[in-house]
Amino acid sequence: MSARVGVVTFPGSLDDRDAARAVRLAGGEPVGLWHDDAALASVDAVFLPGGFSYGDALRCGAIARFSQVMDTVKAAAAQGMPVLGVCNGFQVLCESHLLPGALVRNAHLRYRNRPARLRVETAHTAWTRLYEPGSEVVFPAKHGEGRYVADEAVLDELEASGRVVFRYLDNPNGSMRDIAGVTNEAGNVVGLMPHPEHAVDELTGPSTDGLGIVASVLAHLTGAVDTSGVSR
Amino acid sequence: MSQLNVAIDTVGVADATPDEKQPWLELGLKEDEYQRIREILGRRPTQSELAMYSIMWSEHCSYKSSRVHLRQFGEKNPKTPRLLAGIGENAGVVAIDENLAVTFKVESHNHPSYVEPKQGAATGVGGIIRDIIAMGARPIAVMDSLRFGAIDHPDTARVLPGVVDGIGHYGNCVGLPNIGGETYFDPCYQGNPLVNALSVGVLPRSRLQSMQASGVGNTVILMGAKTGRDGIGGVSVLASATFSETGEGDARPSVQVGDPFTEKLLIEVCLELFDAGLVVGVQDLGGAGLTCALSETAAAGDGGMHVDLERVPLRAKGMEPHDILASESQERMLLIVDPAKAEEVLARSRRWGLLATEIGTVTDTGRLVVDFHGQTVVDVPPKSLADEGPVYHRPIAEPNDLALIAVDRAETLPRPSTDEEIRQTVLDMAASPNLCDKSWITEQYDSSVFGNTVLGTPHDAGVIRLDERTGVGIAISLDGNGRFARLDPYVGAQLALAEAYRNVAVTGATPIAISDCLNFGSPEDPHVMWQFERAVTGIADGAQQLGIPVTGGNVSFYNQTGRDAIHPTPVIGVLGVIDDVHRRIPLGLGKTGDTIALVGETREELSGSEWASVKHGHLGGVPPVVDLDHEMKLAELLSRLAQNEQLAAAHDLSEGGLAQALVEAICHSGLGAQVLLPEGADPFTYLFSESSGRVLVVIPRGQELAVRTACEQRGLPITPLGVADANTDGLHLRDHFDIGREELEASWKGRIGALLGE
Repeated sequence: MSARVGVVTFPGSLDDRDAARAVRLAGGEPVGLWHDDAALASVDAVFLPGGFSYGDALRCGAIARFSQVMDTVKAAAAQGMPVLGVCNGFQVLCESHLLPGALVRNAHLRYRNRPARLRVETAHTAWTRLYEPGSEVVFPAKHGEGRYVADEAVLDELEASGRVVFRYLDNPNGSMRDIAGVTNEAGNVVGLMPHPEHAVDELTGPSTDGLGIVASVLAHLTGAVDTSGVSR
Repeated sequence: MSQLNVAIDTVGVADATPDEKQPWLELGLKEDEYQRIREILGRRPTQSELAMYSIMWSEHCSYKSSRVHLRQFGEKNPKTPRLLAGIGENAGVVAIDENLAVTFKVESHNHPSYVEPKQGAATGVGGIIRDIIAMGARPIAVMDSLRFGAIDHPDTARVLPGVVDGIGHYGNCVGLPNIGGETYFDPCYQGNPLVNALSVGVLPRSRLQSMQASGVGNTVILMGAKTGRDGIGGVSVLASATFSETGEGDARPSVQVGDPFTEKLLIEVCLELFDAGLVVGVQDLGGAGLTCALSETAAAGDGGMHVDLERVPLRAKGMEPHDILASESQERMLLIVDPAKAEEVLARSRRWGLLATEIGTVTDTGRLVVDFHGQTVVDVPPKSLADEGPVYHRPIAEPNDLALIAVDRAETLPRPSTDEEIRQTVLDMAASPNLCDKSWITEQYDSSVFGNTVLGTPHDAGVIRLDERTGVGIAISLDGNGRFARLDPYVGAQLALAEAYRNVAVTGATPIAISDCLNFGSPEDPHVMWQFERAVTGIADGAQQLGIPVTGGNVSFYNQTGRDAIHPTPVIGVLGVIDDVHRRIPLGLGKTGDTIALVGETREELSGSEWASVKHGHLGGVPPVVDLDHEMKLAELLSRLAQNEQLAAAHDLSEGGLAQALVEAICHSGLGAQVLLPEGADPFTYLFSESSGRVLVVIPRGQELAVRTACEQRGLPITPLGVADANTDGLHLRDHFDIGREELEASWKGRIGALLGE
């Protein structure tokens, strides 16, 4: 029995098929979740994909925060369920206060699509435990509102507690302290702007580095008794 | 009920007031056309009817100037079992295998993109995507072919960033990868930029949809965005008349505003409805809005249609019936459904948060009847709108200056002669606006959503995987060359066709279909009509010779300000199929030690070339020779070599010739190239000639003999040029000069932003 990873489709989600493919290629079972259905269909983890949920009305991710499914996701995350947000999914997690900080307009004010070189800063999360800390990965980054910002105090706290998960090696958007991805205190909720689900196949992506994201959560779930990698 | 306070011009009123003065001239109709409308109706048209006829009989909708020439496509198209739907449908559909089909089409949105670059370009993308949906397909990619005025002209800094932002914003938000295209600059496009967008979609063959409003009693549903005042008169005003020299101020409200989020919902809902078998007929609303969709579906169906116009959801107050009928509000589709299934259609739309409203019924009256609050405002035979518009036989005259232009050959221009001069020319050409790196533009586009983009920009063609299990995929290229077409529109159109065909073949795919976007000046100018007729004939003859059909396309006339028309610019899209995308051939230089060779013949052909333009501002002479038999052999060779995995990389030679192809391969691959020109070759000619039918190939070690033999068997000349080498810094042209990678990249990269003054 492979682990079931729910992939949420909001109206305007775009990378949901890609997320499901990444789950499948990494050996998991993708399960579609619908934005206004509170049921999580007994999934073991949740993947919030990229896109423009609700047309990015108001602010990116601002409306998705109030969706039925996010009520349940928030409750499940509090119970330790692994939750990943990529791009718009990261924006949704920040708007939902599952992760600190915010994603604002790129410093250069344009949408930019480039492969991003990232450093994995920590393996102490449900979604990165199979990566070597300090290792480099390449995921495509493609967004107009991906500049990570937070109060200096919040940033200091993230750094001090090892909650910066990915850092840009060539900062493409002006993110503070080159932050590309962060996690919550428990390490089960991770958000990042670049797209690991677009780096799962040599044929179509710049690398296959992204397979490790889902592989990590599958390892985390099967070794759920041993949570030493996650809790601190 | 504010509408009821306005005096509505009903059929009854029209009957009672036959002599009422009507603004047919202002709406772009000619007197004989107005009289014909009166004959058809047996009375004067109502205000709404007049609006509908003026729209449907406009150049944009009726193809009245082009139709007599476009017939050639139908007459000359080769018969192929692959063609499932052709010209006249929303987009051509070709079979890929026994299960899958693809549909693709290129369309212009030139005039709106000049008036309001961002929204003009965005809605161009939105419109072509809906054409793809209307065939029953899931759109899977877009491409764009762009032409602007001089890059250093102040207005280009307004138009280009807006157009790119519009294409990017719409495509990115609707979730389609942009897999390629082209961008060119030429002063002839200063007041008339060209924005041509292509979309491609995939469908199970069984899901092919029709635009017929058939089945008496069936329900007519309008789905998608509310109808507003935007874009009223867009077709008849913007796309069917020349910009006045005094400016475009009055045209501003005619450009529509796009909402890609609603379009994304339309895609998902429509596909869900098609899959569930809930749809009898479907038509998108684009230029000409409800007028076009109602008249075309009714005309294609078997009877008539009755519409209650007050049911159309509006986003503006006080809209009159003719406003509602003419509105070009975006993101709307018209569906014909069985009344027993209407409730399910509405429910599925609601689930996605998409508006859908029953607005009418299919009837057997043979009339399109539109009521507004119970009063009949339209009662017409639908075919008179959709199919029986005016047909013009416009006068045609060869331009007087052609003979003079033909003898003004670029081959006689002064050329660089020393190695140092040629070296500098390589760098200057790489840095020129048409040849430099376009990532400033393409980085603003999503290229990877869906996870099926196997090759995107800057490869010669975009390659998309259709099926993960079988690996079957498609390749598409979009090409045009207005300079060649200006010198000789017949040859220029065939050169564009040959280039698009070759670009597809270079990836290892087999070309199977053509779509074209024909951008020209005013059809009222006999010289422009001559160019048009020659270009169409060139494409039709070319398609016949290549054995692949033209499946659809679009004509854009009136790309002209005052007396200054653009270069005739036929833009050609070619679609190919590749059995296994794992065997695609990329751009690059392969591995160290791989052989670099040139397939095809290099002649002294510099007229119309980028070199003549960049270095001399010159356009004259005759364009390069086009040889479609050669192109077919070349394509067959490349397909075979791809199947046998005997090529590491390949690159089409086009603008800028061999020099530019080498620069691009080096910059893309990270390797250097050691090149030795053939004995006796004139270095300048060999590097910068734009002879057609040539491909740079990179052959893995051990395959040289096999590739040479394959070329010889087909009578294709192959010339070894050198080797790929990681230890060579950039380009080493033996006995002549070296250009290090850093210097090459400094010339080639980052130019667009710099030239736009960023």
